[in-house]
Order: sequence, then structure tokens, then C-alpha cells
Amino acid sequence: MEAKLERIALEAREALLRATSLEELEELRVRYLGKKGELTQILRGMGSLAPHERPRVGQLANKVRQDLEDLLKARTEELKSRLKEEMLEAERIDITLPGTALLTGRKHPLTAVVERIEEIFLGLGFAIAEGPEVELDYYNFEALNLPKDHPARDMQDSFFFGPDVLLRTHTSPVQVRVMERTAPEVPVKIIAPGKVYRRDDDATHSPMFHQVEGLMVDRRVTFGDLKGVLEVFAREMFGPQTRTRFRPSYFPFTEPSAEVDISCVICQGEGCRVCGMSGWLEILGCGMVHPRVLEMSGYNSEEVTGFAFGMGVERIAMLKYGIDDLRLFFENDLRFLAQF
Amino acid sequence: MRVSLKWLRDYVDVPLEAEELAERLTMAGVAVGAVYRPGREVAGVVTGRIERVEPHPNADKLVVCRVNTGDGELRQIVTGAPNVREGQVVPVALEGARLAGGAVIKRARFRGVESCGMLCSGQELGLDPKTMPPDQAHGIMVLPPDTPLGADVRPLLGLDDAILELDLTPNRGDCLSVIGVAREVAALLGLPLRLPETEVAAAPGSSLEGRVRVDILDPGLCRRYVALLFTGIKVGPSPLWLQERLRAAGMRPISNVVDITNYVMLEMGQPLHAFDYRALKDGHIIVRRAQPGETVVTLDGVERRLDPEMLVIADPGGPVAIAGIMGGLHTEVTEKTAEVLLESAYFNPTSIRRTSRALGLRSEASLRFEKGIDLEGCLAAARRAAYLVARLGVGEVVAGAVDNYPLPQERRVVVLRPERVAQVLGVDVPPQETRELLGRLGFEVREGEGRQMLVKVPSYRVDVSREIDLVEEVARAYGYQRIPATLPCGPTTKGFRTRRQELLRRVGGVLVGCGLSEVITYSFISPASFDRLRLPPESPLRKALKLQNPLSYEQSVMRTTLLPGLLEVLVRNFNRRVTSGAIFELGRVFYPKDGEVLPEERLLLAAAAMGQAASGWNRQPVQLDFYFLKGVLEVLAERLGLPALDYERERQNPAFHPGRAARVVAEGRELGVLGEIHPDVLEDYGLGARACAFELDLEAVLEMATREPRYQPLPRYPGVRRDIALVVPREVSCGEILRVIREAGGENLRQVQLFDVYEGRQIKKGYRSMAFSLFFQAVDRTLTDEEVAARVEAISAAAARELGAELRR
Repeated sequence: MEAKLERIALEAREALLRATSLEELEELRVRYLGKKGELTQILRGMGSLAPHERPRVGQLANKVRQDLEDLLKARTEELKSRLKEEMLEAERIDITLPGTALLTGRKHPLTAVVERIEEIFLGLGFAIAEGPEVELDYYNFEALNLPKDHPARDMQDSFFFGPDVLLRTHTSPVQVRVMERTAPEVPVKIIAPGKVYRRDDDATHSPMFHQVEGLMVDRRVTFGDLKGVLEVFAREMFGPQTRTRFRPSYFPFTEPSAEVDISCVICQGEGCRVCGMSGWLEILGCGMVHPRVLEMSGYNSEEVTGFAFGMGVERIAMLKYGIDDLRLFFENDLRFLAQF
Repeated sequence: MRVSLKWLRDYVDVPLEAEELAERLTMAGVAVGAVYRPGREVAGVVTGRIERVEPHPNADKLVVCRVNTGDGELRQIVTGAPNVREGQVVPVALEGARLAGGAVIKRARFRGVESCGMLCSGQELGLDPKTMPPDQAHGIMVLPPDTPLGADVRPLLGLDDAILELDLTPNRGDCLSVIGVAREVAALLGLPLRLPETEVAAAPGSSLEGRVRVDILDPGLCRRYVALLFTGIKVGPSPLWLQERLRAAGMRPISNVVDITNYVMLEMGQPLHAFDYRALKDGHIIVRRAQPGETVVTLDGVERRLDPEMLVIADPGGPVAIAGIMGGLHTEVTEKTAEVLLESAYFNPTSIRRTSRALGLRSEASLRFEKGIDLEGCLAAARRAAYLVARLGVGEVVAGAVDNYPLPQERRVVVLRPERVAQVLGVDVPPQETRELLGRLGFEVREGEGRQMLVKVPSYRVDVSREIDLVEEVARAYGYQRIPATLPCGPTTKGFRTRRQELLRRVGGVLVGCGLSEVITYSFISPASFDRLRLPPESPLRKALKLQNPLSYEQSVMRTTLLPGLLEVLVRNFNRRVTSGAIFELGRVFYPKDGEVLPEERLLLAAAAMGQAASGWNRQPVQLDFYFLKGVLEVLAERLGLPALDYERERQNPAFHPGRAARVVAEGRELGVLGEIHPDVLEDYGLGARACAFELDLEAVLEMATREPRYQPLPRYPGVRRDIALVVPREVSCGEILRVIREAGGENLRQVQLFDVYEGRQIKKGYRSMAFSLFFQAVDRTLTDEEVAARVEAISAAAARELGAELRR
């Protein structure tokens, strides 16, 4: 019996080591260790042994069984892991095939820029105001210190619907509407993005374009504050290295007035084709709200002061994205729009 | 305004290079747009006299000239210029000379004749042809006969000069003169200003008395009129230096008399006009409004019809000039003119502006009058012209002057408080510095009450009338760059978007997330758009606001729908071979309202799509069709928390395919339309692809949007999925089936999803199979198979009963 055990152990061991599939292992398990397996049969035949032999043979039989079970387990794991590796290897894909084509949309670059400008000023505590695009002469001109026959009206050729109704030529009328609603309360802190219209159509002018207006009215608002706020804006919009420069200028609705240049986004001020070798790019006009405008809107210009600014969104988008043709914005070529 | 640096240096010793000066002026509010150096490359060009002109032996269009350049030799030069004459003094480019643009002149043979140099046109020397006499614009430049020979033309023609091109703001009319700019430069650099000579000796024994009379009938429109008289006039060309200064400013020299008036205008900013005295009736100037229907032929030969809004200069016989804008042909100074009446006047800026607009006539003079000239400067400018007339030997000055100045102006005095300067600028400018800065700019500052300053404004600064104007003067003289940047103090304000603004942003985000790209189109469209959309004549959308002065018919009415803009974008892309795409626009439309001045501006959302989304190698392409846009609407409704959208068949909208269009409705309120564009409309637009679109009243959508999503507890018991396929007659719509299924499904039917539509083999003709996935789930227990089976049975029974559906096995 002992010899038989030894033989089975040897035989089973070799078979287990030879097996190459999980199915074979299972067969071997059934054959040797199963209910009707050879080892089980032997253990069942233990009854025929002499009592003094039983413990020794029993011990041996159990050891053989234990060994075979261990080996089976080890072989099973080994084979499983090999099979998994083979499967993974077989499942290899071409990782250079393109990804699934998804339908993607974009916001218009002008919208993207307006939203960026909005974020910056929201962070500075400004609210967002709106006003009509078809506007009264009063709000577009008169209340902004541009009476009829004012020479500065020539700066902005307008589209008219009637003697006193026109397409707004700038977003500044929103200033007046907001001040009229708020006066004499302070503070007023708004920006007003929107479409504006001028009767111009050539390579550098579009009859419709976009502006963002800004206005702050409060006690103790100064030209220094205007500089500070716009410096923050320029750095947020064009990067922390951006420098600003305030040049005296003229707008009928602000005094003192300034035009703001930023250091050229292309050459950082060295001078290049984009900035006309000056190192500077003009980005917006601004100034202290003219006392007359404050007064017409219901404020006491001795008690409160304010600043206002206005910028062209197209201009900023062109600088930010390096776009060289204004007309692209309104052609809406999908290949253009897909770039932003 | 173009300012010659050399000319500027007559009045102030500018120690800076042109570029540096330009920078300083720009930063002080007198913006210099560009610095030009016309002809700076020119070298080796000298003056020479054409002693002989002979025909070229071998060419009809060429001539052979012998040119004396002052070195005792006669150079042979071949030229093709049509205007060469013997005796002319012209610019001669010698061998080795360089022209504007860099070309170098070499000895050459033209058709067998040697040419040792070249005769130059103004353009070849870098001068603007528009500033040349007509016969010289396309030929060689002819210099005055007394020009010395052999002289370098660079200083003579101002080719060593720098020209500052000023971009003046409309308030700074005072800088429309070289002296005006010189004043700014002197103030800026703290240098003294030299004014030109105006003292002139009148012809002995002469008198204006009884020869000139000026009546101002409308002192509101003409506040001052100075007249001088010159006799013994010899009209001829101006000296070269004067011509060059006019050219530097971009003006064309004409004759000595006219050139002097222009010169003084450029120098002092006062427009002058020279009348042929003998053409004026009785030497009598009447400044009055035109009478209705009166006409005058202006210097450009055009007959102008006048109206009583216009101011004219008349003599007793009628108008002789349009005041401040252009002189009349009849009184023009010509070669025969022997006596000249010089006008130096102040005309009302608004009146000049209106008249100039009405006539469509602008001139250097009207440009200056419109901005407001120096009322105190009229006499000085007239005297300066007289000085030049005498000095240049053009004529003699008659003693005396008419100075009709009915209401002499008082110099304005404006109070300036240092604390106001600080309040506005945020910086304390020391009073001493304020006085100093204003003083340099010509303001006279006296002490007022307390710390106040009483500031007397110079007469040429017509733009300064309020304290704030002085604050600005102080600021720009002090230097904007010296004002420290600060951030506003005071209570913190919160920056926020309104709910509406927030929702709008979300709408854009949702559509972009669905794969649509945003477009922005013009708010004005063509009235033909309504025809292209096949709108019936009575359609309210045709009631569009019309522009009075559109740029073109195609952009002449304000849009009442966004569809034309979107269709045009599709067409433009299609024509550029971009044949697939999905776009949207968020924009205002304009509805005129009866009895209201301003229209209603309403925000619409529209989308359009054509073609298919890129398919790729592993996926069927998504068709950008009706159902794509419907899917977009469904996502939008879900993301905005809108009530369930219903789709009602729309057959009446002529822009859409009658079988493929729907009204989009929520809670009984119509939100807009969705559909395939009608083939006829596609044809009208010339779009070669099928296209679909929707247009929604975004205001209504936003009103219905719910504020925030509400959380629903997650189910705690498992659900059961059952699929059924129903074979239904084709005309039964999916919507009807869904309604029947939902009604019969009971409260535990959570979801019904259509996953297959099939027609064809195995299905009766006129029928289609529609497969639905049903999902049952209860909130309080696990559903039993029996319960679910009973429900499915009820559903198929109801479908059979109500729709004639059969269960497909």
C-alpha cells in the first residue's frame, strides 16, 4: 500500500507538472483527489490494514494528499496568471488609432473674450448692466455731453431710424441709464458689454462691433483709482508682465480723459510690426466722468466723482489670439470658429 | 495736421530729435501718429538750369537737354518728361546720386545718346505729387528761376526735415497751427516762444478810408471781421521756402497771394481769404445769411445752392463767398488781380459745421472754423499776411484796417481749487507747481479767496471754460505717469451676474456642450430675407425697423428673426466646402411697437445644422438633422429645468418643411419652432444641403427655467426591465404610443425608451415595429415578476385596443 501511495504521488506529481491547461488540471484533480479519485480510493482501503500500520500509512497518505493539493493550487495559479498574460497580450490594440470623433462646439471668440472681461471685473466688485441697442439720441449723445452739432459727433457716424432714434454708437448710454436709475445713491460699479454700431465698413471697421463699458461712481473715486483698476485688468487679461501707459486724450463725456496702451503682447515692448515699432498697443479709452454728465444724470458733481472706460472687444480678441482680419469675426467660417 | 520740425523751430528751439519730441507731445495729449522724413535717402541731387532742349535723334518721346549745374560744364541729360523747357531750373540727379526709394543714378545711354544724370520729378525726391502743380505732378519739378545753381536740393526742398503727423482730438483746434503746436512744445519743455514779425509799413499816403466797408448783418454767426487792402499786386509764384512749407503741410502752392493766406492759416490757425478787390462791388462786404434760392459758384467751379441757414459773404450784388468754407469764382485772385481785399474773420463754429455738412464741402478753413478759432487773433493774422505781402514784394499794404468786432469778448476767468484737483486726480499737486504748469500753458493765475486760484484763460483755448477743464490741464502738464495708481477704497461691493445673465451663460454652455458652435451675425439684414423665408405679406415678422441711412440694401432693416443670419452662415460655409456643421446664435431681434419710440428688443436663441458630424473609423456618423436638434432641445430643457416640452405638428410656417416641423410648447405656451428648412427656402438661399433649425423665444424660456435642481432620493429597491415590440400602423405617432404606454404602465413605470424602429421584411405593409424598453421600479418594495408581467400585459392590451397594435413575438 505504501508503495502504491508512493507511485500515485510520483505519477500525479509528474502529471500536474506536465499539465498545460486549467482543464487538464481539473481532470487530474478529479482523477487523483476527487471523490472517486485514486488517492481517495486508497484512503478508503485503509480499513483493510493492520491496526498498527494505520497511523503510519495514514500519515503518509495525508502527506501525499496535502502535497498534491498544494501542487495543484500552485499550478492552477501559475497557469491562470499565464493565461491572463496571454489574454492581455492578445488584446493589444493600436494605440495610435485616432480617438472617437466627438461633436464639439465652441463659444464665439468674442463671447469668450467678453466672458473673460466679465470675470475680471466681477472679481473687482463690478456688476453687469445692459441697455438697448436701438437708443435715443439723448442717451447716446446728449446726456454724454455731446449736444447736437458737437464736433465730436463726427468721430462716430451713426445709423439713424429717425431724428432722435439711432443704433447706439457706443455702450456709454448704458452708463447714463444706470446712473439715472441709481442717483443720488452711490456706489455705482458696473460694466456693460454689448453690440454697438457705426456707419463704417472696410478692412479695419465693421458696421457692428462689440464694446465693454465700465463705470464707477462714488465718493472719493480718483483718476489714480482708474489707473489702478485698469492696470489690474490689463495684467489679468494679457498676463502679469503687461505694463500700461496712460496718454492724455479727449472724450466729451470724461475729463480728464486718457487712452490706455499696454506693452505689446507680441514683442513685450521691444517694437515689432504689430505695434508699429512703438512697443505699445492702444486698448481702451477712459477718464473721469465729466461733471456735466454726472449732473445730467442726477448726481451732485461736487460730492461724487466717477471714472468710466470703454474698450473694443474685437481689438482685444485680435490681440489676444493674434487675429489679423476683423471680418473673420462675422463671417463665422466654422474652420475659424473651431480654433478657439 | 502735419507739422514741419524745421518750421516749428522758427518759434521754439526744440533740442530734441523728431521721434523724441513726438513721444513727449503724445504723452502730453497732443498725439503724434507718425513721423515722416520725406526724401531722407536723397543724396547728390543739385539744382541746374536747362540751357538747351534738343530733339533726340532716335526717339520721338525723348529729348536731350544741356544742363548747367553751376560748375561751368554743360551736362547732357536725356529725359522723357513732357514739361521740360529751356531756362527752367530743375533738380538734377548727378551720376551716383540717390533718389527717394534708394535708386542710384548711373551714366547711361538712351537709344544711343549718353545721359550723365537725370532730371527729377517731385515724387522721385519723396514729395507728394498732390502738392505739385498739375503740369509737374507727372513731369519734372520746376523750381523758381532765381534759385541758385549747383545747390544741394535737400535743404531747399525740405528733404532734411521731419514731419510730425498729429492725430488731434476735436477739442484741440488751437493746435491746428504751427504756432499752436509750438506753444505746447514750449510749455512742455519749459522753453521760450518766439512769435513771428507782423509789423509792416503801409504805403505812404495810402488809406483804406472810403474804399472798404464791412457790414455784419448777423453778429451771432460772424463775431468779427477784419479787412485789409493790398494794392500793386504782382501775382506770381511764391518763393521756394514758402512753397516748401506749404508742401510740408500737405498743401499745393498756387500763387503768392493765395500761398500767403494759406501760410498764415497754417502758421497761426486763422483762415484768411483773398478777394480780388476790383471784382467786389463798391468794396463793400456784407456778412449775412443767404436768401432762399440764392446761388454762388465756388472756386472749384461748382454752382452751390444756398439757404438761409448758411452765412455768406456778399457784396451789394449778391454772394461772393460761402463764409468760412470756400470763396467764389467771380472774386478769385487771378494773374490779373491788381488789388486784394484780405478777410480775417471769426465765424460761428456750429453754423460752419452745418453749412459744410449741408453742402458736403469741407476745406482747411472750415475745419478750423468748426473747432473754434482764436477770436483775439483775427487782426494779428491779417497783419502777418500784410507783412508777408510787403516783405515778399507781392504788393503794397494800404494803411488802416477795418476791424468790425461788434461785441468784444471778455477773457474767461475760471476758479480753480487745489482740493478739487486732489479730489479728481487722487494726488496733491503743490499749488506752486499748479501755478507754474498753468502759467507755461499761457494761463494767468492770480490768488483768489482762501486757497482758490483765479485762472484767466488765453483766448485761443476755447476748450477751457470750467474748473474741470483746468484740472485736466494740470493733470496732463503734471504728467499722467506721475499720478500713482491706487485701488478704490470704500465699502466692498459684490460683483455678480443677475439670474438672467447666469442662465444665458448656461444656455450657451449647454449648446456648446451639445456640439454647436456659436456664431455672431449682423443685427441688420436684407428686407429680401423675408421673401427668401417665404413669409406671407401679413407676417408680423415683416414689420421690421428700417435704417434711414443703411450701408446697403442687404443691411437695411433690423432683424425680427435670427434665421436669415444662420442660413447665410450655412451657405457661406457650404460654398467654402464646409458642408457639415451645427451653429447657434443668442441675439436680439427688434420689434417696432406702436406708440413707442424705441422698439422691443427681444432675445432669441436659434440654431441650425446641416450635414453630419465627423464619423471617424469606429462609429457611424451622427446626422445633424431634425432629431439632432430635437435632442439638443431636450438637453437644454433638462439643464434649465424647463417643464416637459411638447411638439405639435407645424404645417403653417412656410419657412419649414410641412411634414418635418413642430411648434415647441411648454405648459401650453409656445416657445418657438423646430424643423427642417423648406426646400424652396434652401433654394432661395442657394444652399446645396438639407438644413434644420430651431428658433426659441429665449425670454420665455428663461422665465420658465427653474432656479436650481431639486434632489430626488435614489431608488432603494431594484427595478425590472422589460422590452416589448409593438407593430403599429405607420400613421400612429411615437408620441401617441408613448402616451398609451405611460397611461397603462401605472405609477411604477419609471422610464420608457424607444430603442428600435423597423419596417420591412416580416412586417405588414403600412405598419412598423417599434421596440420600447420599459423600466419598472417601486419606491417602497421590490416588484414581483407577476406584478410586472401584469403591467406589460395591460400595456399591450391598451396598445392593441387604442392603436391597433400587435405585440411582436
